[in-house]
Amino acid sequence: MCNSCAFYHFAAVFLSLNHLLHGYEKKGDIERAKSEGKELTKEEKQRLRKEKKQQKKSKEKKDDKVIQESGKETRGDSSAASPPQPSSQSTAQKAPSAVPPPVSVPAPEAPTPADKPAKSKAELKAERRARQEAERASKQSKKGDPGPQGAVSKSKAATNELQPVVKRLPEHIQVDNPDVLKKLAKKLERQQTPGQNSAKKIPLRLDYGYKVSLFSHLHQYSRKAPLTQQLSIPSTVIHPAIVRLGLQYSQGIVAGSNARSVALLHAFKQVIRDYTTPPNEELSRDLVNRLKPYISFLNQCRPLSASMGNAIKYVKKEISNIPSQCKEEEAKHKLLKCIECYIKDKIILAATAIAESSIEKISDGDVILIYGCSSLVNHILCEALEKNRKFRVIVVDSRPRLEGREALRRLVQRGISCTYVLISAVSYILPEVSKVFLGAHALLANGYVMSRVGTSQIALVAKAFNVPVLVCCETYKFCERVQTDSFVSNELDDPDDLIVTRNGHTQLENWQQEPSLGLLNLVYDVTPPDFVDLVITELGMIPCTSVPVVLRVKNVDQ
Amino acid sequence: MNEEELVEYFRAQMRKDPDMASAVAAIRTLLEFLKRDKGETILGLRESLTWATACLKGEDSSVAVSSGGELFLRFISLTSLEHQDLSRCKKVMEERGELFLEKISMSRNKVAKLCHTFIKDGAKILTHSYSRVVLRVLEKAAAEKKRFSVYVTESQPDAAGRQMAEALKKLNVPVTVVLDAAVGYVLEKVDLVIVGAEGVVESGGIINKIGTYQMALCSKAHNKPFYVVAESFKFVRLYPLNQQDVPDKFKVRLTSFVCFYFNNFPSLYPDLLTCASCPAQYKADTLKSIRNLSEEHPVIDYTPPSLITLLFTDLGVLTPSAVSDELIKLYL
Repeated sequence: MCNSCAFYHFAAVFLSLNHLLHGYEKKGDIERAKSEGKELTKEEKQRLRKEKKQQKKSKEKKDDKVIQESGKETRGDSSAASPPQPSSQSTAQKAPSAVPPPVSVPAPEAPTPADKPAKSKAELKAERRARQEAERASKQSKKGDPGPQGAVSKSKAATNELQPVVKRLPEHIQVDNPDVLKKLAKKLERQQTPGQNSAKKIPLRLDYGYKVSLFSHLHQYSRKAPLTQQLSIPSTVIHPAIVRLGLQYSQGIVAGSNARSVALLHAFKQVIRDYTTPPNEELSRDLVNRLKPYISFLNQCRPLSASMGNAIKYVKKEISNIPSQCKEEEAKHKLLKCIECYIKDKIILAATAIAESSIEKISDGDVILIYGCSSLVNHILCEALEKNRKFRVIVVDSRPRLEGREALRRLVQRGISCTYVLISAVSYILPEVSKVFLGAHALLANGYVMSRVGTSQIALVAKAFNVPVLVCCETYKFCERVQTDSFVSNELDDPDDLIVTRNGHTQLENWQQEPSLGLLNLVYDVTPPDFVDLVITELGMIPCTSVPVVLRVKNVDQ
Repeated sequence: MNEEELVEYFRAQMRKDPDMASAVAAIRTLLEFLKRDKGETILGLRESLTWATACLKGEDSSVAVSSGGELFLRFISLTSLEHQDLSRCKKVMEERGELFLEKISMSRNKVAKLCHTFIKDGAKILTHSYSRVVLRVLEKAAAEKKRFSVYVTESQPDAAGRQMAEALKKLNVPVTVVLDAAVGYVLEKVDLVIVGAEGVVESGGIINKIGTYQMALCSKAHNKPFYVVAESFKFVRLYPLNQQDVPDKFKVRLTSFVCFYFNNFPSLYPDLLTCASCPAQYKADTLKSIRNLSEEHPVIDYTPPSLITLLFTDLGVLTPSAVSDELIKLYL
């Protein structure tokens, strides 16, 4: 592990070393390559690439000494390529195709071979490499990249380039793998317009505190160290609206699936308004590339939600579909309209439709249990009150977020009679309850419901008491992912939130000093479809198992 | 065609062929209504068809009539109404209506063909109340020279189970009538349970004669397969969460209910007059009091999809979760 740290430090210092991927090259080759000052034609480069791959397959690992030595050399070949850089680590997953994460092309388009002679003019080479990358990036974005984290999954392709690309785990759930971290750092550094000073890169947010072993594959950030502190001012890489948004996310000012998506789309609208196409560039390609660093930045501030992912996919698709003859003003106007339509259709109108269907299910005299603060469920209850249904609400809340208080405040303001309990009292209160209404963060393709942590607990207890559980979810939150447990992909919040001061005592103040103590602050959990009786979407009321049908119908529509 | 003619035609259809499902009779009536309609516009036509369906629902408030009527409407209006000429449009609609009717007349046979293979030689079958579809299935199985015996529940309040037993005796199938309360007792001897359905709801559950839910619960406890046979026109866009959530209009079958109570407790209903062949006539205020009682004694109940093993329909053999898929295809 210390090897990687040392190496990482080197990377930070030697900024031309923005290639933290593993390649296997003999030290001799590197030096030889450096000494020659030739340029190669494309064909020769390709041949050399193939040779290099062959060599790599039969290479051994290198040790520290070589890293340091090679680190001291001025690297002519920067970025894109798999640098002639020995790595002290070797894990089983080492792929010979050391392709940078955003460019998730399989092995054949692998980096230039290490024994390609270094250019005497490092900048020209960097420029050419950056252009190549931009091309690859645009090609890849046209393929419908499902967001920054999905990108890396294809980079660890099978060794044999002819084999079909094997899908690997996305990088955001491989935090305990140092190589993946290196890749991420490298990718962040790369995401800037070419030729810029690398001081203006997107910083990598570091994990904070001890992570419980079952969840060590996830990021855990501290709210006290927002990403924006590491940004230089002025930062021209990231649009100020996005910086503000990132800060709002990481501090929890904007929270909740719908709120985050709407805020994201508004920020994108601002970005599009302020955008001007650089000369000799197409709007459809360049704008997508512009958005990439923003998305990485936002991802660092707080991992993207499924709804945000779908929204981003939609925006990218709309941008790539802009015809090239379109004038810039017209194109921008069109994009703004598209985004507004998306918000209106998928979020606002959907909420109205869902409220209408849900009101049928609320009868007079009902006792409804809700959990946390879901904007959709609150909307439904307020609409039901407008339609003069007589019911009362039980709000269940849990630490550390205590979001139920917000829901309680909103409902009481409208005049709905409410009861407030903590989640530990749920089995006590359930015999009184006639229905449970839950919101969802996302609905997975196998029918599982991903929602705030504690939701599956409530659904379980409700099932045991035979109380119907209704989940309300717009269709834009449906995602293709499949998950059967809450461990494999989740979000870890700031562990310091669990520290509480009562009567002047703060027990867990020095939790970091305790070697065997870990604080776990999970954000999401998944509920199996057996516990959910009904899902209300704007398409109608469907059983939980019909989510893939809806996804299929939606794909056919598009 | 006004309301009385409509209702009279419907009743005539029911009398003509007692074996026909009430939904089929309703659809025949609607087709006849369409033919005789003198409307001038397409929209007017649709409205009058909707009105006609509502009339029929008032006459026979079963789930099947309501779902059949809706499906008929959808089926004929799926035709592209590009024809400018109203009469041509009507002709197309009538043709489609006839086609629809033909399809659903075949549906019972299709279901029987699918289901009889699940009845093995020497099987003991439990069924509930009188269902013409189940009868058809058992007929087909008997025709395939399978030997099986049947237990039928008496199914109060109208003792329809006895009717089923009579029909089965005619097929030379050994049949035993059991009390509704004896379902748990008899289930250990039984190999499989087959019931019909008045309606199949979106979740994959069914609405059927009261007592079906109990039977399903007991078969789940005994791990016996619980099969449902239903034609596709019985699929309805309802999603009940529990027994209470089923709309009240389906729960009351005024005629049969009144018959039972009147026959057994005539002193309770001094305001009722009756004649031999037609259902009891009643005064408006008595009607209300009967309604209150009937909320405690509904004629149908809801069986959730978790208790059903398979559904046999003319669309194929479906699991309860596939019903939603089919409904999405039918309605969306």
